[in-house]
Amino acid sequence: MTAPAAQGPAIRCAGLVKRYGDVTAVAGLDLTVAAGECFGLLGPNGAGKTTTVEILEGLTLADAGLVEVLGASWSGGSADRSLRERLGIQLQETKLPEKLSVEETIRLFASFYSRAHTVEEVLALVGLGEKRNAWYSKLSGGQKQRLAVACALVNRPELLFLDEPTTGLDPQSRRQLWDVVATFRADGHTVVLTTHYMEEAERLCDRVAIMDHGRVIALGTPRELIAGLGAEHVVEFTLAGGEAGALDGELRVLPGVRAVRSTDGVVSLTVAELHHTLPALMATLERKGLSLASLTTHHATLEDVFVSLTGRRIRDD
Amino acid sequence: MTERPLAQLTLAWMRGFYREPEALFWVFGFPIVLAFALGIAFKNRGPGELRVGVARGAGDSAAASVLETAPGLAAVVLDSAAARAALRTGRVALVVVPGEPVVYRYDSTRTESRLARLEVDEALQRQRGRADPVLVRDDRTTEPGSRYIDFLIPGLLGMNLMGSGLWGVGFTVVQARTKGLLKRFLATPMRKGEYLLSYMLSRLVFLVIEVAALIGFGWLVFDVGVRGSVAVLGLVTLIGAFSFAGLGLLVASRAKTVEAVSGLMNLVMLPMWILSGTFFSYARFPEALQPFVKALPLTGLNDALRGVMIDGSSLAGIAAPVAVVAGWGALSFIVAVKIFRWR
Repeated sequence: MTAPAAQGPAIRCAGLVKRYGDVTAVAGLDLTVAAGECFGLLGPNGAGKTTTVEILEGLTLADAGLVEVLGASWSGGSADRSLRERLGIQLQETKLPEKLSVEETIRLFASFYSRAHTVEEVLALVGLGEKRNAWYSKLSGGQKQRLAVACALVNRPELLFLDEPTTGLDPQSRRQLWDVVATFRADGHTVVLTTHYMEEAERLCDRVAIMDHGRVIALGTPRELIAGLGAEHVVEFTLAGGEAGALDGELRVLPGVRAVRSTDGVVSLTVAELHHTLPALMATLERKGLSLASLTTHHATLEDVFVSLTGRRIRDD
Repeated sequence: MTERPLAQLTLAWMRGFYREPEALFWVFGFPIVLAFALGIAFKNRGPGELRVGVARGAGDSAAASVLETAPGLAAVVLDSAAARAALRTGRVALVVVPGEPVVYRYDSTRTESRLARLEVDEALQRQRGRADPVLVRDDRTTEPGSRYIDFLIPGLLGMNLMGSGLWGVGFTVVQARTKGLLKRFLATPMRKGEYLLSYMLSRLVFLVIEVAALIGFGWLVFDVGVRGSVAVLGLVTLIGAFSFAGLGLLVASRAKTVEAVSGLMNLVMLPMWILSGTFFSYARFPEALQPFVKALPLTGLNDALRGVMIDGSSLAGIAAPVAVVAGWGALSFIVAVKIFRWR
């Protein structure tokens, strides 16, 4: 097994543009992913994550811009094959052949590469040993996804692309996949993943790029981005009476409040110190004769970063 | 671990196919059921026994016994109404009404009725003492290969090679495209040529089973033999299978949905089912249409198969139809590779 190239980034792209008719999927994107890093592309559906990844994977041609993957560029010719030997790719929504068993599927993918893992090794990597003889059509969603990742790992890649690897999976399956990624990273390999699960990005990624409308709107470690909010708690409440818009000015000056935002009747406060803010909030509401319909607090997440940047949520649910 | 991608891809398509029971029926079961049904239906036809009715009345049993003794005639005495019904529905070819004169009731547009009239008349006239001025002798033979089933089995074989080639390849290709599998393969260093070739190869193994099943069935049940060399027959079926696999690839090369490819497939196959002489000879079509009919790949394949199986032709004897088949295959494959939609 060759170690990842010590010098030079795993991925470098600049000024990436991709249009589909009138829709601009990627609008001038610059990214650098260091070797050995786990890099996350975060954003709502339609932000251009998949298009970006597929351009990096050499599956989609950019209209403009420069792409360099593991020090090489996609030529569209037969030279691409040697680059493909070094990449592991899991695509969003690939359906593998229904009537092939786990083992047969791995064997098929292994046959495309010159230095592939053995079937046993791959089965152990993704924990599908017990299912080796089961047809793809008989696997659970989580097992199907692990098989897709197995096919991406079969060639001992230096760089692994995962496009929404855990979308639609239950929490346990999601954690199993995170373990697979962690094991892969432990060998010093590079991972690029897209997701719209904040928890996943915070858990797995060294750095994330938050995307919206085909652009990177924030870039950094999850910790940096959250710290950028200036506070690490979020208080959300709704009022029994409805509109709270008129309160904005008063809320802003409460102790510990860094930002106030209200959308669809939900007021959201970014707060540094809960124990100072909450009593003051209660007092203000009581003075105004208002009562709460709901109140929740949580640690600030990347979701809150996205909301603070765009005023929208990443996920609807 | 390095295994040949071509072998693995071929295996994958084969597995996908034989693990699908419905597909197995349409490829192996259906042609045999069809051959059996048609074989039974047409087995006793031709100049066997002609059934004639004798209308009930004076002299009916005498007339019936005279007709019974005549070779090739079977007589049955019927009431007048029943006789009409039997004539109308084709259960008897002609009704004899005894008396003076004897009346023959029949439909002169039906060949077998006119035949029955000749035979019945001869039997009755002879019985009344007509002498034949010319001495004749019958020499009856049944030429192997001249029965309908002998004509049918090679036709079914050709039709089956066409159907399984087009469906087996076309359907799988489009499914791989719609399910994103094609894109996934493109993300590997797989060679595109090997991918396309693997579909053609996957047809080979089934070809052997398919051909053996139908020919074995024809031989065991209907005594349909292969007069020519089995090696030539093998070669012809191989070229046929490759050719239709190529056509399947071409049909599927652009289609984005399974519905689209199904429509295209029927568009390609339907004219050939009718025109290419599977169930009846294409000589029935007008002269002007013949060059077009002969240029169709299934016509070529059927002609070549019948040449080997019925006439015992050598490869040289069927070179022209085989060239038509091979030409279609090569052309389809080349065009398919050029215009194939990879994503």
